[in-house]
Amino acid sequence: MAALIPDRPMRGGCAADCAPLAPFANVLQARHRLLQAIRAYFCARDYLEVETPVRIPRPALEDHIDAEPSGDCWLRTSPELHMKRLLASGYPRLFQLGPCFRKGERGARHHPEYSMLEWYRAGADYQDILEETRELVRHVAQAVIGTTQLPGTNGPINVSGEWPLLSVREAFVRYAGWDPVTECDPQRFDLDLMDRVEPALPMDRPTVLIDYPAYLGALARRKPDAPELAERWELYLDGLEIANAYSELIDPVEQRARFKACAEGRAARGQEVYGVDEAFLSALEHMPSAGGIALGVDRLLMVLTGRRDLDDVLPFRND
Amino acid sequence: MYEVSELRKGLKIEIDGAPYEITDFTFAKPGKGQAIYRCKLRNLVTGSTQDKTYRSGDKVDQPSLAQRDLIYSYQDAEHYVFMEKETYEQIMVEAAALKDQHYFLIEDMEVKVLFFNDKAIEVSLPNFIEKRIVETEPGVRGDTATNVSKPAKLDNGYEIAVPIFINEGDVIRIDTRDGSYNGRVNS
Repeated sequence: MAALIPDRPMRGGCAADCAPLAPFANVLQARHRLLQAIRAYFCARDYLEVETPVRIPRPALEDHIDAEPSGDCWLRTSPELHMKRLLASGYPRLFQLGPCFRKGERGARHHPEYSMLEWYRAGADYQDILEETRELVRHVAQAVIGTTQLPGTNGPINVSGEWPLLSVREAFVRYAGWDPVTECDPQRFDLDLMDRVEPALPMDRPTVLIDYPAYLGALARRKPDAPELAERWELYLDGLEIANAYSELIDPVEQRARFKACAEGRAARGQEVYGVDEAFLSALEHMPSAGGIALGVDRLLMVLTGRRDLDDVLPFRND
Repeated sequence: MYEVSELRKGLKIEIDGAPYEITDFTFAKPGKGQAIYRCKLRNLVTGSTQDKTYRSGDKVDQPSLAQRDLIYSYQDAEHYVFMEKETYEQIMVEAAALKDQHYFLIEDMEVKVLFFNDKAIEVSLPNFIEKRIVETEPGVRGDTATNVSKPAKLDNGYEIAVPIFINEGDVIRIDTRDGSYNGRVNS
């Protein structure tokens, strides 16, 4: 083991750019441990690790996610559509680790290229995915840092205890003073989420914001008994948004209508409008009901090592 | 026009006809939400500061700024007069644009002057200049401590804190960016 990853950066090697990242020798070693722990978790549960194209002709249409061009194609912003096509062709448990790209996203919590973990499970819904996420986070914390107490910036975060669920409606009524489910105002939603809701979330334990207004559902299905809500949740650790999960929308008619509305919104705002992925929409007709999730691997490493700056956990800082 | 995605620390922008420098900049974005660009701004004319938040899609004006290399000539009643090196063109700069920097002007000094719509708004001096102390309490022989200071004056009346061992007649080096003592010049 020791020979595999030298403690000291090698002269002239890529590790020369690697900063120390306590309690590890450096960033590379920390990332290695995390990737190993994630793979071990899914392989023990019969998941198939897959790779799907990084350079694609039609990125998923999302209101506020812009793709980086690559020749006459685009770099993927998420592997979601391809993984769902695999679900539809009969693979019930899939996970993928790999790079995703988002144009113009650069800050202490954003990097235009970052590592994403996505997994999808046939027959599951967003509650099942939440249970799996709890187990995964506990497993990787134990495997990577040897404890389920994360070194939070405001004191330890215990990930083995309860994970409180807070509905989006309750969070906004309590901290921002309005109900985003009855009042459709996506612009105000984003500002208040960042300025009022996120800072008020408890920092000493994981927090799950759950049940988003349907107009913020993206690729999530509506709640059968409350169609004004989408079955979507987001995990926050140390005040940082870590993962976004859905009960997947599998109705091709509604999905097409949402893509259309999204394309119109993007055109009106002067954003690039990507073509509709017809192969994905045809696959949806055969896709089993499923739960799925996208989790930021770099951000997970930030909270495992108590860092507030994404640059601290990247192997290279060359932009 | 700048796209908001071009904003960064140090960039100069224009708002309602006034030039600003972005002194601090943060990018924030909920995963599925719109990007928010928070800027701390400093007005390049008045020096006042303010916060401003932009969203994706916003456009930001680009100020008409030009920087020129000039030579300091002399001071008249209300202006400081600078000269273009090649053309000998004389350029008048109002005292307000210089703020405290006027204490550190030395004849024939090369400076950079920032113009906004052809009006000088900022003068950048060399980082260090040398000036003679004309007034201070006598120094204590042998005391070379640099952490104890006393007031002193330059010939133009500028007051500066210097270490105890500095005497009248000594030449010192001054950091023009904050007007502080930087060292004694051996003479």
